Amino acid sequence: MSFVLTSIVMFLFWMLLSEEFTFILILSGLVSSLFVSFISHDLLFGRAIDKSDIVRVHRFIRYLPWLLWQIIISNFDIAYRALHPKMPIDPCIVRFNSELKSELGIAILANSITLTPGTVTVMANEKGDFVVHSIVKGDKALPGIDIQAKVKKIEGVMDV
Amino acid sequence: MDIRTIVSGVFLFTGCFFMFVASIGIIRFPDFYSRIHPAGKGDTMGQAMVLIGLMIYEGFSFVSLKLLIIVIFILIANPTATHALANAAYVAGLKPWKKGDKR
Amino acid sequence: MFDVAAIIIVLAAALVLYRAIRGPMVCDRVLAVNVIGTKTVVLLALIGFIYKRPYFLDIALVYALINFIATIAFLKYREMGRLD
Repeated sequence: MSFVLTSIVMFLFWMLLSEEFTFILILSGLVSSLFVSFISHDLLFGRAIDKSDIVRVHRFIRYLPWLLWQIIISNFDIAYRALHPKMPIDPCIVRFNSELKSELGIAILANSITLTPGTVTVMANEKGDFVVHSIVKGDKALPGIDIQAKVKKIEGVMDV
Repeated sequence: MDIRTIVSGVFLFTGCFFMFVASIGIIRFPDFYSRIHPAGKGDTMGQAMVLIGLMIYEGFSFVSLKLLIIVIFILIANPTATHALANAAYVAGLKPWKKGDKR
Repeated sequence: MFDVAAIIIVLAAALVLYRAIRGPMVCDRVLAVNVIGTKTVVLLALIGFIYKRPYFLDIALVYALINFIATIAFLKYREMGRLD
C-alpha cells in the first residue's frame, strides 16, 4: 500500500518538475519513481492511512490562516525591534510542559512557537517538554495557551 | 503597468524589506539566541513574500507551481533549521544574554 | 523591478556576511551561512525572471534542499563527532 502511494506521489512530482511529456521522459520517470519507492517506501507513509488523518489534515488547513496572520505580526515585531535605535529587547528562557503526546503535534507546536511573535523554540523532546527563548520578559513571554489549545485540537482524534 | 504588475511589485518589495531588516537584526542583536529570532521569522516571511510576488507576476503555470513548492518547503525547513541550531547551542551550554550585560 | 529587488537582496546577504566572518561562535557562523543560503534561493528565482530562463527555478529548488541538509548535517557532525 505504502509502496503504491509513494510511487504515485513521486511520479506526480516528476511530471511537475519535467514539464514535458515525451515518451522517454515518462518512461524514465516511471522507472526512477518505482526504484525510489522500492528503496524508501516506509519513509513517506510510515503507517496505514485511516480516516482520522483526513480529519487532521482538514483541521490543519483550518489552522493555517491564523498562523499566517501570526507570521505577519511577528515580522512587524522583529522589524520594530531591529530598527529601533535603543533595541528594546529583554531576553529570558521559559520552560514548560505541553500535554501533547504525538510527534506530529509536538513538531507543529515547535514550528508554530518559532513563527509566532517574540518566541523561538530552543528545545523540544518527545515527552512534550519545551524550552523557549523569549525576547521580552513578563506577560508576553509564555507562549500563548491558545497555540497549545489549537494544536491539541488538530491532534485530537489520535487519542480516541 | 497593469494592476497585476503593481500587486506583484508590492509583494516583492515588502519581502525585500523584511529580508533586509532580518539582516540588520542578525548584525545588531547582542547574542546568539536573539539572533535566531530574525533568522527564523524575518527570512521565512521575506522569501515567501518575494516568491509570492513572482507567482502573481507569472500567473498560473508550471513555473508558479515550482515557486509554490519552494515556498512551502522553506516555510517548513527554515524554522526547523533554526530550531536545530538553537538546540545545538543549548546542548553546548551557551548562556543567554541578559539585559544590562555588555553588548 | 526584478533587478532592484535582486540588488537589495545581495546587499542584505553582504550584511549577513559580516556576521559570518566576525561571529564569535561556530553557531553564529552556521546561522549566517544558512540565512545567506535562503537569500541565494530567492536570488536564483529572481535571476530566472530577469533573464527569462525558468530553468533557474530547478536550481533554486535543489539549492533549498541542499541548504537545509547542509545545516542539519553540520550540526549533527558537531554534536556527535561523526556522520553515520
